[in-house]
Amino acid sequence: MNLRNPLAKVKGLGASGEGSHHWWLQRVTAIALVPLSLWFVFSIINHIGNSHQEVTTWIAQPSVALLLILYLGFMFYHAQLGIQVVIEDYVHTEWVKVVSLLLVKGIVLVAGLASILSVLRLAL
Amino acid sequence: MAEFTLPANSRISSGKRHKDPSNGRLRSVKVYRWDPDSGENPRLDTYEVDMDACGPMVLDVLIRIKNNIDSTLTFRRSCREGICGSCAMNINGINTLACTQSAVEIDGDINIYPLPHMSVIKDLVPDLNNFYAQYASIKPWLQSDSPAPDRERLQSEQDRSKLDGLYECILCACCSTSCPSYWWNSDKYLGPAALLQANRWIADSRDDSTGERLDELDDAFKLYRCHTIMNCTNACPKGLNPAKAISDIKKTIISRK
Repeated sequence: MNLRNPLAKVKGLGASGEGSHHWWLQRVTAIALVPLSLWFVFSIINHIGNSHQEVTTWIAQPSVALLLILYLGFMFYHAQLGIQVVIEDYVHTEWVKVVSLLLVKGIVLVAGLASILSVLRLAL
Repeated sequence: MAEFTLPANSRISSGKRHKDPSNGRLRSVKVYRWDPDSGENPRLDTYEVDMDACGPMVLDVLIRIKNNIDSTLTFRRSCREGICGSCAMNINGINTLACTQSAVEIDGDINIYPLPHMSVIKDLVPDLNNFYAQYASIKPWLQSDSPAPDRERLQSEQDRSKLDGLYECILCACCSTSCPSYWWNSDKYLGPAALLQANRWIADSRDDSTGERLDELDDAFKLYRCHTIMNCTNACPKGLNPAKAISDIKKTIISRK
């Protein structure tokens, strides 16, 4: 039986002061991804059937490498923000929530850095 | 972990049949029944209601049942004209006020349940303690540091019009209890009703604690569990737009960065 009054429960520990930043970044990355994703998909379609050599030469161009790095950065960051919201929505056991949030952030960080490094290696 | 099993008392059995003593045009009305004292699971009772003997609204049907068929049926009602918000319930899958929902316009059986995903006290009466506490937590009163004037605090017509679409809320809880985000996180997310009310005070030109009000809402759960699902706006029996009020709060918070 919980004898705490309902208002005290609702107030809890107060506002964290952080929600708006997350929300804003999610919107900004989403908008940035609209042109970048279109460019990425059309470029990939353009390279269907091309040789490995042709594709790596294409990626090595400075402008293409820059756009690819931007795309990968925004994409992985946006994915992490989105998955975080899903976990916070549905996972209610505190330790499972914390562990899965850290895991997702770790995986996205490693995958993001690895893919950006691959582009840099071809470009530099 | 996320919960996949149903909590206690969630399985509803088919209940008893009750027939109206008078014999007019009979209509089948299925009503959710649960009595905490019986120790049994909820059941769905069927009432054959004489529509010639009762008024046109769903609330009239419920009052007919309570007065003439089964006095044990429990529900809240007061004004019977859509201004008190007491008779909010789920009628044929939609959260609305029983007093303003026409029974005549519903085809087939009428199915009546309490507001979704709330603890039930009895039959159609949900526990709204948390909901009211969330309303209290947004401090729904005028806060001003300037001394009280001898007369009312003045407001331009233009500023007053900013409260239209906000002040009409009757706190019936139809919107909050239709919101999936509120179902999963009502312990931390304030829900559309409380947030619409919060915006009613944020938008008020006479209130000068707007900054503190926004500080209180800048939280991943209190405000930002809203994912713009817009069930709230669909459900509102007063035709208000809580989803827009919430997005206005989000925009106001961003505008001060």
